[in-house]
Amino acid sequence: MLSFNSSNIASKTRTISRRMFLVTCFKTVVLLGIVGRLTSLQITETRKYKSLADKNRFRETKIAPPRGIIQDYFGNEIASNQKIYQLHIVPENTPNIDELFVRLKSLINLTDQKIYVLKRRIAKQKIWEAVIISDNLTWSEFSRLNLFLHELQGAEPVVSVARYYKDSSSAHIVGYVSEISARDLRKKKYLTNLNIAGVAIGKTGLESSLDEEMLGTPGYLRYEVNAYGKRIKQVSTNEGLKGKTFKTTLDLDIQKTSAESLTGVSGAVCVMDIYNGDIVSMVSSPNFNPNSFVHGINEQEWKDLQKNIDKPMLNKAMSGLYPPGSTIKILTALSALENDIVNPNQLIKCKGFIDFYGEKFHCWKKGGHGVLNLKGAIKRSCDVYFYEVARKLGVDRLSKTAKKFGLGQKVLNGFAEEKVGVVPNTKWKLNQIGKNWYLGETLHAGIGQGYFLSTPLQLCLMTAQLANGGFEIKPRIIIDEKTQPNNLQEYLDFRKKNPNDLLSIDQQVWNFNLKPLFRNQENINFVKDAMFAASNEPGGTSYASRHRDKKFMFAGKTGSSQIKRFTEEQRRTEVKQTDILYKERDHAWFVAYAPVQDPKYAISVLVEHGGSGSSAAAPVAKKVIKKVIDRHEIRKVTINGNTGENI
Amino acid sequence: MLYSRSSLYTPFAIKDKFSNFDFILLFSILALGIISIFAQYSSSGGQWESHSINHAIRFLVFFIFFLAISFVNISFWNRFSFVIFLSFILLLLAVKLFGLQSQGSRRWINLFVFVLQPSELMKIGIILFLANYYHRTSSNDINKIKYLLVPVVAIFVPFTLVVTQPDLGTALLILFSGIVVTWLAGVRWKIFAYLFLIGLVLAPVAISFLKPYQKNRILSFLNPDLDPLGAGYQIIQSKIAIGSGGLFGKGFLNGSQAYLDFLPEKHTDFIFTLYAEEFGFFGSVLMVLLYFLITYRIVHIGNVTRSIFGKLFCYGFSTAFFIYVTVNMCMVLGLLPIVGAPLPILSYGGSSMLAIMFGLGVVMSCNVYKNNVVS
Repeated sequence: MLSFNSSNIASKTRTISRRMFLVTCFKTVVLLGIVGRLTSLQITETRKYKSLADKNRFRETKIAPPRGIIQDYFGNEIASNQKIYQLHIVPENTPNIDELFVRLKSLINLTDQKIYVLKRRIAKQKIWEAVIISDNLTWSEFSRLNLFLHELQGAEPVVSVARYYKDSSSAHIVGYVSEISARDLRKKKYLTNLNIAGVAIGKTGLESSLDEEMLGTPGYLRYEVNAYGKRIKQVSTNEGLKGKTFKTTLDLDIQKTSAESLTGVSGAVCVMDIYNGDIVSMVSSPNFNPNSFVHGINEQEWKDLQKNIDKPMLNKAMSGLYPPGSTIKILTALSALENDIVNPNQLIKCKGFIDFYGEKFHCWKKGGHGVLNLKGAIKRSCDVYFYEVARKLGVDRLSKTAKKFGLGQKVLNGFAEEKVGVVPNTKWKLNQIGKNWYLGETLHAGIGQGYFLSTPLQLCLMTAQLANGGFEIKPRIIIDEKTQPNNLQEYLDFRKKNPNDLLSIDQQVWNFNLKPLFRNQENINFVKDAMFAASNEPGGTSYASRHRDKKFMFAGKTGSSQIKRFTEEQRRTEVKQTDILYKERDHAWFVAYAPVQDPKYAISVLVEHGGSGSSAAAPVAKKVIKKVIDRHEIRKVTINGNTGENI
Repeated sequence: MLYSRSSLYTPFAIKDKFSNFDFILLFSILALGIISIFAQYSSSGGQWESHSINHAIRFLVFFIFFLAISFVNISFWNRFSFVIFLSFILLLLAVKLFGLQSQGSRRWINLFVFVLQPSELMKIGIILFLANYYHRTSSNDINKIKYLLVPVVAIFVPFTLVVTQPDLGTALLILFSGIVVTWLAGVRWKIFAYLFLIGLVLAPVAISFLKPYQKNRILSFLNPDLDPLGAGYQIIQSKIAIGSGGLFGKGFLNGSQAYLDFLPEKHTDFIFTLYAEEFGFFGSVLMVLLYFLITYRIVHIGNVTRSIFGKLFCYGFSTAFFIYVTVNMCMVLGLLPIVGAPLPILSYGGSSMLAIMFGLGVVMSCNVYKNNVVS
């Protein structure tokens, strides 16, 4: 029994030990497997898992950076940032969102429709992301909210900054900012990191063209959250970088005067420094209140702006296209002189119209101007004389000169809304319309009608380049390192000091790296003389609007661009502009430079449907010129917004 | 057979018994217990909360309980193994009748002093019973059908009782523990192969009985990214926590995944994840080696024990213990589906610790009484 038992135990023990050995081998393999897995997770792939863990625990909210400021030449803020009071809600901190809305409705101005929109937005985004309930609270609303804050769980009163425009005179050139739209996000790549609640982007004007640089770099608030998204603690903050501040060449004071002088009419004013191309003023009328867009324009205001026939949203100074009318005559004359087509003393008799291959071409003056030379024709703006000049000159030579002086191309860089206009010639017509050029069309082109289209800014540049003696300038509106003014001023100073320098003008100009737009400067002087006569000699088209004081005296050229051709019937019955429909009245133009003695600024004025240039546009120019000359002394001693003494 | 009382309770002094202790095993257990207290302290956010205090007290109490078991003669455990097994079966039946229900499963029984999970005890009970059974069975009879009936019933009854609670994880561990002891005892490979084939045939039937959440767990194990916020969430977050621990870990009380509640069940099934996140690769490997050392010492005690009961129990328990550890670790490392298996000693849970300490006590008793004849 015992022996059986002991042999039994021995055999059992053997089996058990053998099998246990197998188990131990298996255990070792498993152990190695686990250590291998730990190695792979904690050593090989640790970087991946560390970043995943950080992704779990850190959450960032971006902070909208303050937008860069737009200043005028003297450092006055045209577009600035203003402290505003906002109300945010963080849905996850709110026990009952509906109750909160009911409570808020009694405290601040909140419509049911707005609540509906907000609720949909809340449903779309993450519960820890703040929603802006109201972004421009009055102080009384804000203080009331703070008083009842203990009852408003989840509501956060926030003091933030938003765009503010001091006045509306520069609304068009400066533009406005507004909320980022889905379209903006698609089109503008630089917005990828800036889609933050509270960021407004430029939609038009400088706000749009400088948007990328003015937006700044967003800051962030990094905090640790737990698995349920609840904030545990703030880890770090970054204020972000304020956008770049830009100084412009505009003068806020003159802007106001220009806007005022256009009160009640639809039109544009453009003022330019003729030596360095600085745009001193650019306004369009009627204007709009750019502040309305910052916090979302209300529907009624938007509809009113859209319906207005005078198109208040359009920057007419650079986006409005009009036939230049008689203002082109100075270029027609110059082109003819430069190409030796006419002798300035050539006399032509104007009897009110000419017959041209059986077609009647009328002068604006029914009875005709009588016998005129070229200067007289410019001074009194005789159409018949210029029909003759244009006929001889031909449209292609005219268009060459016009393009040289800046017509038919963009004047400034970076404005999406700027228009190019049209400078017609035979090739252009063939390409664009597909027809051959008629000689009759040359006659229309010679007086700035027909296909010709230009912006007030282009005509201002044209006048400036004539006034400065015929040199090319590059207009600018932003003062920065990239846009250095040219050497024209230095050249003229040199000329003044060394009037008897032996070098020819060509060589001098070359020394100063300037680009002359003339063949013979005498021709430029002739045209300037004629412009002087038009403004300051009896019988001149703008004689009535002249300044008697030499300090403000200007030389200019009027223009009226036809909207609708007069019928023979209307001509015979001497229908006046004021008698026809507003929409069919001529646009009134006036271009000028001042002061006559020592030209410094060029101006162009357009009054839509103003009738005639001498009665509608010239008086506007008169007012603005006075202001511009008055401000010149201050501007002269101010370089880039710093007065001379400070430098 | 007759045996005198004296052979059961050999009267030798406490001091002698204590000197027979396997001190490597003893200190390993103590070390593991101390680590577990720190880990639990960390899992409650670096402060003493009810569960971390509970855990510390439990370890203390059960450690004393373990010493007490060690001093009891191994023959006693052999003789009473059937009674113990039967009482565990009764407890499982009691769970069926008046068990406490939580999250859709009925696993606990309220004993007024504490809440007990009898299925955890059964993991040890089955080893104890089968060790005793094969201790008594002659090696010639082991492979006879008649003698196979008892172990099959002994495994099947608790397995069924637990799997219907439902608690698939524990039931499978009971099944494995039983099979391991049966196999170690010398039952032929062929029989296991037949059983395996039968199991394979029945598997589709069994799968149809699985609860939807159990199916989800298996699916999410196979592809955790399928539903990263749902069933796969635990595996993904656990892997992130362990992986982000790196070589040296984030430091005690600094595990972000655990602290910010990304880690689920961090004081029970996922306590190793918390530990691995805070102590990194070195800490984790040290922990794995500590567990392996305990397993190895238990096997060593089995080697030096003379009785078949002692050998079978030690080998069986060491294997079961090893399986508990590896199943839990593989689970949190993403190598196995989440089945709900606690990590011995480290995980929070009274019943689990009670069962483990009881098992370790019996093992230590084998060592203390290794020279005794167990009849």
